Amino acid sequence: MTVDNRFAGHLWERRDGESPGIRSEIVTGPVADWATDFSHTEPEWAQDPFSIQDDLRQRCPIAHTGRFGGAWLATRYEDVAAIAYDTEHFSSRSVIMGNFRPPRELAPIGGSPPITSDPPFHRAARKLLLPAFTKAAVSKQEPAARALCHSLIDAFDGRDVVDAAAEYAQYIPIRVIADMLGFPAGDGAQFREFAKNTLEGINLPPEERVTRKSALFYYLFAQVHDHLENPRDDLTTFLINADLNGRKLDVSHVVGTMTLLLIAGIDTTWSAIGASLWHLAAFPRDRERLAAEPGLLPVAIEEFLRAYAPVTMARLVKQDLHFRGADMKADDWVLLSFPAANRDPAQFERPGEVVIDREVNRHAAFGLGIHHCLGARLARMELQVALEVWLQRIPSFSLADPPAVQWSAGQVRGPRALALRI
Amino acid sequence: MKLQIEAGLCQGHGRCYDLAPGLFGDDEEGYGTVLGDGVVPPEQQDDARRAALNCPEHAIALVEGT
Repeated sequence: MTVDNRFAGHLWERRDGESPGIRSEIVTGPVADWATDFSHTEPEWAQDPFSIQDDLRQRCPIAHTGRFGGAWLATRYEDVAAIAYDTEHFSSRSVIMGNFRPPRELAPIGGSPPITSDPPFHRAARKLLLPAFTKAAVSKQEPAARALCHSLIDAFDGRDVVDAAAEYAQYIPIRVIADMLGFPAGDGAQFREFAKNTLEGINLPPEERVTRKSALFYYLFAQVHDHLENPRDDLTTFLINADLNGRKLDVSHVVGTMTLLLIAGIDTTWSAIGASLWHLAAFPRDRERLAAEPGLLPVAIEEFLRAYAPVTMARLVKQDLHFRGADMKADDWVLLSFPAANRDPAQFERPGEVVIDREVNRHAAFGLGIHHCLGARLARMELQVALEVWLQRIPSFSLADPPAVQWSAGQVRGPRALALRI
Repeated sequence: MKLQIEAGLCQGHGRCYDLAPGLFGDDEEGYGTVLGDGVVPPEQQDDARRAALNCPEHAIALVEGT
């Protein structure tokens, strides 16, 4: 037996902070005009992105900002779809817009394959992971998720007001992904920090970002070593042993994919569960109907995903490009607002209304094209279980303090404080 | 009526096998498959249309009159 020396020593330390990417000036503060100076990190956006997006879709469907070193924001469904499908002109080498662009040489693999990968590399890296996220594979996680939901609600015993975001929704994806990767369930609080740093820390000083990324990197390094010593039936051991085109994965690929699996499933699903509960608390008629007709939940969930799509993705322009009226420059960011696409009146009837039995709902909450969310089935299972158990146990609830609900800014939007009276 | 999935377009959203499990299944990678010969019995034609209308990739073709 040959020794697996890919993970030996510190040969593979990532040096994000020193890499030859492009840094841009950090610009924060109130937005002057959303068409020319947008920023998805400002509180105004977090509070109500929909009215901003509706306005932009009308008067400037591909908006621009000088922040983040230059970026565009698409709000029409057809433009978002066109960019998602156009992997020739738009690269995924970084999908979280910030003030650091990784070097072009990072393509086609990117830091966290396959989400950061471009064709042709993308296909095989994605194919490797698909069997672990099918409906059948995901259903194995369901009993544990259901038991967790019940135990979280058991813990509410005797209380009138609970935080459904912090005390319920948050824990479900954290537990599920910890189980799938084979990480200790007790490390959940750290995962939440890792996800927050990656997704919401984009305007932090570069040194701070590097320090925080290093903490994630060392955590994953320790997990790889633990799995090398004690291989088990989980995704970490699977990645360590996986073959791609006849050879084992590079270390950066193993750790990059672990990063993706850990980060991508947490804030996103947390947001979707939280936003759905927020809706049901705010719209009693929908809550009453779903409590009485739980069979309608799968259809209602697709509508919640449409109306409160948590995720916006970023691309980088490969070369100077005139795209549908926008003069894009190489290395400009482009935000694909799936939430805005999902409320485009050209694509959906009554787009601003939540219609829980909507018959035709081609929403793009999980993206479109080759980067369609790998974990979509997992997210749907968690949403189904979380809402089903909540409605069964707590059929009647309302917003305890509507103005105090806090929504996250950045590319993943959902309630982070959601006080409900139960 | 007969169903077809354009394999090059399907990205595995799975809306078809959620909405019409009698007509669609999934393969070992989660991509949609047409069950049997794809001929839709009259009582399942609404399911077939609903699945086609909800496919985000427009990957489902319904051939009428077959």
